[in-house]
Amino acid sequence: MLEDPFSFVEYIRENPDDFLRFLSQHVQLTLLSVLFGVVIAVPAAILASRVGLLARPLTGIASVGQTIPSLAVLGLLIPFLGIGFRPALVALTIQAFLPIFLNAYVGIRSVDRAVLDAARGMGTSGGQLLRMVELPLASPVIFAGIQTATVQNIAIATLAAYIGGGGLGDLILQGLSTLNGALLFAGAVPVAVLAITTELALGRLRRWIVPEGLRPTGS
Amino acid sequence: MITLDHVSKTFESKGRTVRAVDDVSLTIGAGQLHVLIGPSGSGKTTTMRMINRLETPTAGRITVDGRDVLAMDVVELRRSIGYVIQQGGLLPHLTVAENVAMVPRLLGWQRHRRRERAEELLGLVGLPAGQFADRYPRELSGGQQQRVGVARALAADPPIVLMDEPFGAVDPITRKQLQRELRRVQAAVNKTIVFVTHDIGEAFLLGDQIALMADGRLVQNGTPADLLRRPATPFVTAFTGEDRGLRALEYTTLAEVADAAGSVPATDGDTLPGELSILEAGRELARRGETGVDGFWVSDRGGRKTGYLSYRRFAAMLGEALGPAGATAGEADGDALPA
Amino acid sequence: MRFLRENPDEVLLRFGEHVQLVAVTVALGILIGVPLGILVTKVRWLQRPVLLATGVLYTVPSLALFAVLIPYTGIGRGTAVVALVVYSLLVIVRNTVAGIEGVAPLTLDAARGMGMTGGQRLRLVELPLALPVILAGVRLATVATIGTATIAAAIGAGGLGRIIFDGMDRLDSDRIAAGAVPAAALALLADWSLGRLGRAFWHGGESASGGE
Ligand SMILES: Nc1ncnc2c1ncn2[C@@H]1O[C@H](COP(=O)(O)OP(=O)(O)O)[C@@H](O)[C@H]1O
Ligand SMILES: [Mg+2]
Repeated sequence: MLEDPFSFVEYIRENPDDFLRFLSQHVQLTLLSVLFGVVIAVPAAILASRVGLLARPLTGIASVGQTIPSLAVLGLLIPFLGIGFRPALVALTIQAFLPIFLNAYVGIRSVDRAVLDAARGMGTSGGQLLRMVELPLASPVIFAGIQTATVQNIAIATLAAYIGGGGLGDLILQGLSTLNGALLFAGAVPVAVLAITTELALGRLRRWIVPEGLRPTGS
Repeated sequence: MITLDHVSKTFESKGRTVRAVDDVSLTIGAGQLHVLIGPSGSGKTTTMRMINRLETPTAGRITVDGRDVLAMDVVELRRSIGYVIQQGGLLPHLTVAENVAMVPRLLGWQRHRRRERAEELLGLVGLPAGQFADRYPRELSGGQQQRVGVARALAADPPIVLMDEPFGAVDPITRKQLQRELRRVQAAVNKTIVFVTHDIGEAFLLGDQIALMADGRLVQNGTPADLLRRPATPFVTAFTGEDRGLRALEYTTLAEVADAAGSVPATDGDTLPGELSILEAGRELARRGETGVDGFWVSDRGGRKTGYLSYRRFAAMLGEALGPAGATAGEADGDALPA
Repeated sequence: MRFLRENPDEVLLRFGEHVQLVAVTVALGILIGVPLGILVTKVRWLQRPVLLATGVLYTVPSLALFAVLIPYTGIGRGTAVVALVVYSLLVIVRNTVAGIEGVAPLTLDAARGMGMTGGQRLRLVELPLALPVILAGVRLATVATIGTATIAAAIGAGGLGRIIFDGMDRLDSDRIAAGAVPAAALALLADWSLGRLGRAFWHGGESASGGE
């Protein structure tokens, strides 16, 4: 069914508009969901680190949420959200929330107690402590959460096609239903490349973002 | 001046009530280095942390220069009090200079003024700014980190500095060096310092006043000489007496050890009364600061110079008696506690 | 609940398929991953390339990996198992390496001092001490496989994902729930029980050294 593994390149060349539309949907789904995820998860983690009563339920829900298969989450949301791009975006935002929230919470909570104590003793206000001490020190862990969420959502966004959300998964879906190898590869290869390059690029970026004083010595 | 008036603090943890500080009353005079000493768990840290309100007393009143700390703005209070802790507590993501300039930054100083101040203080604690200012804490040794901690506490020129076992985590040799440096720095800046330690040698070397605590209570408060000469309880004797060398310093007078006046060339330099003990003389010299001469004169009751003592010999006697820090307090902890 | 009431047999069948798919995958993952993990702790130069390769494959979205395999291994369970095993490898290899390399050098010295051969050290010291970490990897791999296996239904591997995809096709939320809820429950159950199992081993190790 696929004589030449590179026949998908031909497909892309012949249908550039379709391909670019799917690609851009995919990138949008991923970027927007991670962006919304950060905007919701980081404040939520700060809140959980401040209000002891919220910490257990929030982290509990988040880790249960991470255990549930993403296809199940996507499906279970349909009765509430319907289908299409926006419902897919909401589902992906929830999926991005989970690792970012958990990492941010753990990152903030694991700031050295002696450092916090010294900073408090110097007379930092609550906001200053957060801004000047806790968030910078937690930033490597938070960023790792964002990296996980981004790569994970590139994968989950391929499933968006099944709920009418578009993305490169649409090409795979079409390829599967018509058993057309060129279509399968036209969706699968770019999405794989996207995931791998994002992982590597964010790994690089992480080294830049980590405050200099926190980097391992001799690097 | 800091006063503690019948201050108590109890902690509730896991259903148990711990009386960490039990009815402590204490006055800490301006410009004094007041040591809080006692076995581990005796409530020293808690007592200190109530002064900058990192803990809130369950009973009693604490005032700083006559003002009740609970009535003051907590952030403002803390910015006016320097704070040094054992592990340094340096912010790992900031450079040494940025760490030192933290409180000035919180106070809204201009960048260049902060930098200047940081460099000045690094110099004061013996870390040349050119070499250390732009390093990160992890690139410093433990002793160097502690120096940065001290510089940071002094940065905004607070009248009061709290130090919680600041030299507890460094090796004995560095520790001795840091203690000497602190004496020198204190002679220069003359702060009100509350200094927590469990090392009796350190307490005698540094303290103008020593408050000895056990089980949350204040057992005795007084000068080093008071604690040695008039111990309030057998516990005090046990705690201080651990260090026999210290007692020798207390009972040996300058007159006994000074070289005869005729045997040394006449120079300038301080004159100290011969009936002072070696310990008292050490404290007196620390107060007066360096003179640039290699020793000092010892006088009799009539004020005549009867002997001369070189700093080198004097320091050797002190150092020998005080020994390397560390071995003393641990032993006093366990078996010396009154039943 | 209507769908479940009317089609209990189908749900049960898919559930069985799902469990089987996961069991086969994790078993193969352990059989390949643990020896591979041991190998790269002994043949050090292999470690970086192996971890890098498994790491890169791990980031490839599962639907994409299924899709590129189809032309070669066809549609159906075989392809699904190949891809699922590939995913489980990263976690199992990485945890095996971490577990073995986490054994204290002093402990190894002592073992050497007793005259243990390399094989004996591995069997009597390194693997038992690494076991809790390896089990943690198996737990992660199992939970992840339960999730990815639902997607494998898209290439005809059966399992609970079949019901979910059918439900999505027909926009039948009842049907979707009949697949999604058991899949979620299975994942939570696996996570919980393997977590308990791991802790049991951990304590077992401790009490054994305390002399029972
Ligand atoms: N936050 C806290 N919660 C519960 N107990 C505490 C807390 N802080 C100190 N304690 C207890 O109070 C007592 C005194 O502690 P601390 O002031 O740290 O002693 P020291 O500094 O002399 O070693 C100890 O028994 C300690 O366990
Ligand atoms: Mg203490």
